[in-house]
Amino acid sequence: MERSWPLDFDSADLAPETRAPARPAVPAWLGDWLLAWPLPLAVLALWALAAHFEWIAPQVLPSPEAVALTFKESLLSGELWANLQISLVRVFAGFAIGLVGGLALGVAMGLSPTVKDYVYPLFKAFAQVPVLGWLPLLMLLVGIDEALKIILISKAALVPIALNTYKGIQNVPTRFIEVGRVLRFTRWQMLTRVVFPAALAPIWNGIRYGLTHAWLALVVVELLASSEGLGYMIVYGRQLFQLDVVLAAVVVVGAVGYALDKGLAAIEKRLLGWRKEAF
Amino acid sequence: MARTHVTTPLRGGIPRPLRGLVIPLVLLVAWWAAVRFGWSTSPLLVAPGKVWQTGVDQVASGKVFAALGASLWRDLAGFAIGATAGLLFGALLGASRLAEKFIGPSFHTLKQISLFAWIPLLSVWFGLGDAAKVAFLSLAAFFPVVLNTFEGIRSVPPDLLEVARVLRFTSAQRWRKVILPSASPAIFAGIHLGLIYAWLATLGAEYLLVSGQGIGNLMIDGREHFWMDMVLFGVFVVGLVGFTLNWIASRIEARALAWRGRSVAQF
Repeated sequence: MERSWPLDFDSADLAPETRAPARPAVPAWLGDWLLAWPLPLAVLALWALAAHFEWIAPQVLPSPEAVALTFKESLLSGELWANLQISLVRVFAGFAIGLVGGLALGVAMGLSPTVKDYVYPLFKAFAQVPVLGWLPLLMLLVGIDEALKIILISKAALVPIALNTYKGIQNVPTRFIEVGRVLRFTRWQMLTRVVFPAALAPIWNGIRYGLTHAWLALVVVELLASSEGLGYMIVYGRQLFQLDVVLAAVVVVGAVGYALDKGLAAIEKRLLGWRKEAF
Repeated sequence: MARTHVTTPLRGGIPRPLRGLVIPLVLLVAWWAAVRFGWSTSPLLVAPGKVWQTGVDQVASGKVFAALGASLWRDLAGFAIGATAGLLFGALLGASRLAEKFIGPSFHTLKQISLFAWIPLLSVWFGLGDAAKVAFLSLAAFFPVVLNTFEGIRSVPPDLLEVARVLRFTSAQRWRKVILPSASPAIFAGIHLGLIYAWLATLGAEYLLVSGQGIGNLMIDGREHFWMDMVLFGVFVVGLVGFTLNWIASRIEARALAWRGRSVAQF
């Protein structure tokens, strides 16, 4: 790289990356991959040793083998699948309601200042109380059945989706609208060709947040009031002091959360891929 | 969006700033009427006046302040621990590629575990008292602070670091004058998120680790005894606290970042 700076400096001051990189002995991805493993493996080894020599009571920390075995057994017996299925149905039902409601509310507030004037203050007050704040109230009103879970999950999804949709539409640059006017777009054309494409990224962000929050809400509501589902498996294991069941269920909860997020990220790539070509 | 036509302030008769009150007022009147004319015989339908009375009683007897104090103390203690640890850990991950490659993947895996799933484990390890709750709250604040600090430091423009190199800044100078100022919006965003998550987690911890006192316990008690007025009052207090915490965080953020609005020419 040829550059001239007003100050003199020796080559040691050059950023390492501006020098020609030395050819690494192993490819970069393999190096990264190898570096990622020592820590979890060390923790696992320490855990296995602690369990083997009984430094910690098995009720407090079961051995890794016990957790793996429980995981395998509940997988084979179908118990895990059944609970996972129940949880997934709940989360998707709640999320679907929250998605439709959130999009409708966000679009209405974004497009119509009148709707915004009337609804937005109440919506903000409603959003201010977290899902868990509504829980005792809803338990009184609808009991602890499916309705409670679905309502809470849809509330968790609705708030970020509505908020991001509203803000996304509000923040569409005025220049875009002006171009649309110059082209004499009809109202419908303006919405489908200007406003929604321009607001898609924040709306999608809201949807991702919504799904993450829905999953979070599902876990907590199943921990508090349920007799089936992944959250219930955790509570049940905890009550019987079977921490291997708890840990196995926690692993599944983490894996599903990860899969949901990655799934949406993959859709995002397809959906918003066109944006990069435009610039 | 043809938004120009709505700038007339008095369209529809009701002044714009008051329009937000219309729906809440209608709901309040409907609630009052439902009680007054006995539309429902459910014991859960309490009069608005009764909720107000409960609120006044709670405030006058100081019960709500005791509960709120216990909740807020835990909230802030857990938040302080989690945010401090998060800042240090995020800075480490952001500053050192090696640390990122070594610890990063494990961290990102742990992050996937839904927050509340930690509670049963923590309750076995730390008991049902304040220790478990504070540990859980720190965890709730830790993750967003780490992520945002890391992202903030990683997105310091390379040009700035180059300038620092040209000026032969020491490592301390580079951190104080380049990296931290440049990463500060992201870091504050993380702290703000951490505060919100810690408050959410405070409620969750009080529901799930039922012992001691707190605003969550107050609401759970109300639910168990079918005291609708108490529960509604609790919802109101929870919303108010969330709003206040949010407001304080925004103010601090605005003040701390005010220098960014100034022109560079002043330097």
